[in-house]
Amino acid sequence: MNRKRLQQLTDSLVRSAKHFNKKEVECLIKLFHTLATESRDRFAAVGLDRNMFRNILHCTFGMTDDMIMDRVFRAFDKDNDSCISVVEWVEGLSIFLRGTLEEKIKYCFEVYDLNGDGYISREEMFHMLKNSLLKQPSEEDPDEGIKDLVEITLKKMDYDHDGKLSFLDFEKAVRDENLLLEAFGPCLPDIKSSMAFELKTFQETNEL
Amino acid sequence: MGAALARVAQCTSAGSGCGTLEITPLNESLLKEIIKFVENFSTRHPQEAAFVFKEPLEWKTQLDCSAFGVGYKIDGTTVQSEAKGKDGQPLLLLTGSTLKVRSFDQLSHLLYIAMEKKLKEAQACLEANRDPIVNILGPGYGTVEGEDMSILHLLDKVKKDDDPETDIKMKIFILLNQLDMQLLNSSLKHISQEVRLNPAAVNNEVDLLKHFCGKGEDTVLESLEYTSDYTFSNGCRAPPWRQMHGEICYLIIKPHDTDPLYITCSTAGVYLNGGKLKEKSDIDYERKSDIYKDIVTFLRERSPRFVENMSKQEYSFFKEPESEKYYQHMEVIDAEDSGQSQKPYDYTEKNVYEKMKGSSAKSKSIDSKKLEPSLKWKNIVRSAIHSDKATKKDIEEERRRGTVSKKIKKKTTSISPESVKIQPASKCKTSEKCKEVSESSSETEEDEEQPERHQEGITDLPSEYWQIQKLVKYLKGGNPTATVIALCSMRDFNLAQETCQLAIRDVGGLEVLINLLDTEEIKCQIGSLKILKEISQNSLIRHAIADLGGLQIMVKILDSPDKDLKCFAAETIANVARFKRARQTVRQHGGIKRLVGLLECISVGPTTLTPHQAKDFEIARCGALALRSCSKSTKNKEAILKAGGIPLLAKWLKCSHVNILTPVVGTLQECASEESYRLAVRTEGMIEDLVKNLSSEHEELQMHCASAIFKCAEDKETRDLVRQHGGLQPLSVLLGNSQNKQLLAAVTGAVWKCAISGENVSKFQEYKAIEALVGLLTDQPEEVLVNVVGALGECCQEPINRAIIRKCGGIPPLVKLLTGTDQALLVNVTKAVGACATEPENMMIIDRLDGVRLLWSLLKNPNPDVQASAAWAICPCIENAKDAGEMVRSFVGGLELIVNLLKSKNKEVLASVCAAITNIAKDEENLAVITDHGVVPLLSKLANTNNDKLRHHLAEAISHCCLWGSNRVTFGETKAVAPLVRYLKSNDPSVHRATAQALYQLSEDPNNCITMHENGVVKLLLAMVGSTDEALQEAAAGCIANIRRLALATEKAKYG
Repeated sequence: MNRKRLQQLTDSLVRSAKHFNKKEVECLIKLFHTLATESRDRFAAVGLDRNMFRNILHCTFGMTDDMIMDRVFRAFDKDNDSCISVVEWVEGLSIFLRGTLEEKIKYCFEVYDLNGDGYISREEMFHMLKNSLLKQPSEEDPDEGIKDLVEITLKKMDYDHDGKLSFLDFEKAVRDENLLLEAFGPCLPDIKSSMAFELKTFQETNEL
Repeated sequence: MGAALARVAQCTSAGSGCGTLEITPLNESLLKEIIKFVENFSTRHPQEAAFVFKEPLEWKTQLDCSAFGVGYKIDGTTVQSEAKGKDGQPLLLLTGSTLKVRSFDQLSHLLYIAMEKKLKEAQACLEANRDPIVNILGPGYGTVEGEDMSILHLLDKVKKDDDPETDIKMKIFILLNQLDMQLLNSSLKHISQEVRLNPAAVNNEVDLLKHFCGKGEDTVLESLEYTSDYTFSNGCRAPPWRQMHGEICYLIIKPHDTDPLYITCSTAGVYLNGGKLKEKSDIDYERKSDIYKDIVTFLRERSPRFVENMSKQEYSFFKEPESEKYYQHMEVIDAEDSGQSQKPYDYTEKNVYEKMKGSSAKSKSIDSKKLEPSLKWKNIVRSAIHSDKATKKDIEEERRRGTVSKKIKKKTTSISPESVKIQPASKCKTSEKCKEVSESSSETEEDEEQPERHQEGITDLPSEYWQIQKLVKYLKGGNPTATVIALCSMRDFNLAQETCQLAIRDVGGLEVLINLLDTEEIKCQIGSLKILKEISQNSLIRHAIADLGGLQIMVKILDSPDKDLKCFAAETIANVARFKRARQTVRQHGGIKRLVGLLECISVGPTTLTPHQAKDFEIARCGALALRSCSKSTKNKEAILKAGGIPLLAKWLKCSHVNILTPVVGTLQECASEESYRLAVRTEGMIEDLVKNLSSEHEELQMHCASAIFKCAEDKETRDLVRQHGGLQPLSVLLGNSQNKQLLAAVTGAVWKCAISGENVSKFQEYKAIEALVGLLTDQPEEVLVNVVGALGECCQEPINRAIIRKCGGIPPLVKLLTGTDQALLVNVTKAVGACATEPENMMIIDRLDGVRLLWSLLKNPNPDVQASAAWAICPCIENAKDAGEMVRSFVGGLELIVNLLKSKNKEVLASVCAAITNIAKDEENLAVITDHGVVPLLSKLANTNNDKLRHHLAEAISHCCLWGSNRVTFGETKAVAPLVRYLKSNDPSVHRATAQALYQLSEDPNNCITMHENGVVKLLLAMVGSTDEALQEAAAGCIANIRRLALATEKAKYG
């Protein structure tokens, strides 16, 4: 890539991804290219494919839930081409690492709205929470606990009582109680891994 | 609510008077009902809730304006609701601490905001508004004793006009009336639970006990007889004129091991009377013992043998095969219970079982057939629980006849964690009742019913309990996501309510919450701390958290990089560390250092904060809160000091945010009990800030500042600093606030200590503080009085203030306080009275009020401080009273008393008594009396002392006592002279003068002259002759002259 294009790209990304400065954007772009060459698949466009991205999420940010990781990938992949471009990468990470509460609420809702219809339905919740309880062998219906948990969540978050969570419901609930931001599974990095990532990416790359 | 409050609540709190509601269980439950009513009002009756009250309900709230959120305009310390009435006035207005509310909507919202202070707020509101209906609907609807015509009155109005408001008023009024009825009913229920004995119950018990009387070894009593065989138609045996006192019958009980007991059974209980009068067949009805609730309890106290034999009965009872089986069955249930987590109803039930075991002993029946009944206890309890209406009705009927314990009824209506006590008094009859019930059911049925019983119990426990249990299950078995959801949901319960707090504990929630703290999941940690923070308001929970090792983990969390987490941990520590052991734990695990560390951040200064700074600020606030809790222990104070807490506290003291100032000053004032902190407060310039914050609008902050000054102003420099920074004026102003007693105590304390400096006193005089202090002499709690009187005592050092006190009428209340019992108060009162007595005009008043006699009787107080202070006060009284000698003689035994105090070991007492004796001895007759009481040898015995104060007064006393009879000679014989000579070597000029005078008096006796001379007095006195003090000069010269004269006479005799 020639220097001029890189310069342009950096400048535009500094504007669109608000939370990084120029240096940091450069570092991220550099990191993207390193990762992208690793996964370089002759046939694919320049970018990170699903597996590669999931690998990063797993190794760097300690995420484990397959479904959630898929959803995170979809959230990063704005243009739905199953490949994360450099712009998507930097803009995504901006929210992922340093997003404001508003941005994070939006991002999390996007992740949890599995079918993308603008609502988190009972079924979606059930789907996301189904592995969240230890199965008690004694119980007749193993799913009963999960169902109950879904009801509890709805009771807490469904302000308009329509049996599903709209974005407004979700936003209000999270503003009331920040802990509910990742109510249906971890989709943001925890403080330790994000600090480690930033340290590694921004400082070590700088030293190079 | 008017009627209920006026008739029920008030009369239970009649003792406290003046419009405060006592916290009795009854009142509390009434308040809760009212709260429930108001809380649900706006949802149930939205239209009525919007109705604007005629007059606002106004009261002093404890809520902070920061508590108000959306829907309110907050401007400094005033909060207005955005909702306004038709006239444009806000429906809720908070200015300072005065809160005005004008609609149910706002009321219920307010209660929601108040959270755990709900009860307090409701109480304050009702105290301030005795008849809320008048405020709400207008004066026409007041609660009138007797017939309530307001409904009719209202109906008339509705007919007359079509005003829609009247319609709403009508509805509100009816709703309130309903509440009233509900309240009256529930209080009736409460009252009816109090148990009283009645003739039938006594009869049953006596009959039962009679079965166990006799000569045999195993019987519990020898005999038990009524004194009278005649029974009146109402079942009593007591003569009618005694029945008026509630007495039912009299018994003579002969236990195996004690004398016959003559007892009275009355409706209030059972007690020992005076026994049979010898000549007549009559009884001495006077009560001679405590009251017991029934005969068995009474005998348990009186006769060990009775208890012993009772237990034998129990043993034989359980040997019955059938009952053994039953017993095992109960054991099984117990085991089951302990297998599960503990629940309140388990306690209850277990207690019932235990009671049954116990009561089986009490109801030791004579033959095996009669053994059955006590077993059936369970049945009646169960049948009651099954809420079979018919059974319940039966029981209720029984209750009306008074034969079934009311406590059982209680069991059926509510399951409370405390044990259910079954009244043995009525057990016999109940047993029969049980029999009827149980006859129909077989044993197997009972077994089947067992699990059901648990289910039945469910309906009786609050629903929260089960929901919380379920949530705790999810906490235990869920991954972090499920845990967070469960935690958030748990926070939706009213965690300020004890039911919920204890439910969390009882289902094992505390263990899980504390375990969560030990994980790496920040969200779970925060969620858990948010709950722990709330429920740790309850002292049981606090102890449980400490027992489970929660503090250690929370201390560790203080190192976390997450700021929120730190805040919550510190805040929870602040709550938990309210008892000693917890504070110790925090210290031992390095918590103090970490907490002090929380104060180390950002510069303090700007009034507007960035969000980032706000977070740091919050951390510091929580840290200060925790430090304030911890600083109650001395060792923690040291630890804070060592951790470098003082400069940080000083730094935060400069900031202007009340939220953080309050805990910071709170910590400082707590620590100011230590010398090192007082020094720091003075040298680090904290006085200025403390003074500044005295003028804050927040009473808590003012209180902390005042008590910090109170503690620090012990030393002079601090007192001067307070004056220099203009602190005396705000203190004087605060004396006018007599509502908040804690604040008042702190302020008066600060005034007291500051008044030790004369310059400060004149300032106080300028600010009219003396008048204010006199005004505070009546109707104040003791902690305030001590300080007020102390301050007055200091102010009295200025003659003009003594006159002011007299003119304000301060002397009578002061003299009246001499009859008190609080020793700290007595010390100050005697001091103040003594200071006042230096003014002859004041003395006349004191004398008229018999104040000297009161002072004198305080010499008998066991506390040496009081003795000394009283003796000091007596001195000016004798000096300034007219006919002082006569007055002193009139106190029977008074002189002997004061002379005997010379045997005290306390130097201050001795000095003060010597001073008093000096004054007493000025009257010759009294001097003669005290000489008879042996004052001379007692004074001589004290002569060998190094205490200058004592030396001074002792020497004075000796010089005055020399003036009677052969006392001079006696002093010489009891070897008082030689030590006195040594006093001249002291550095205290006042000792010199008194000693020289004493020596001069003593030198009138030749033998004393010789002793003095031998001890080298001449050289010492010669130096004194050169003194500028004329009295000293004269006495020294006189003494030398006496010695010289003796020498000349001797020489003359020898050589002449």
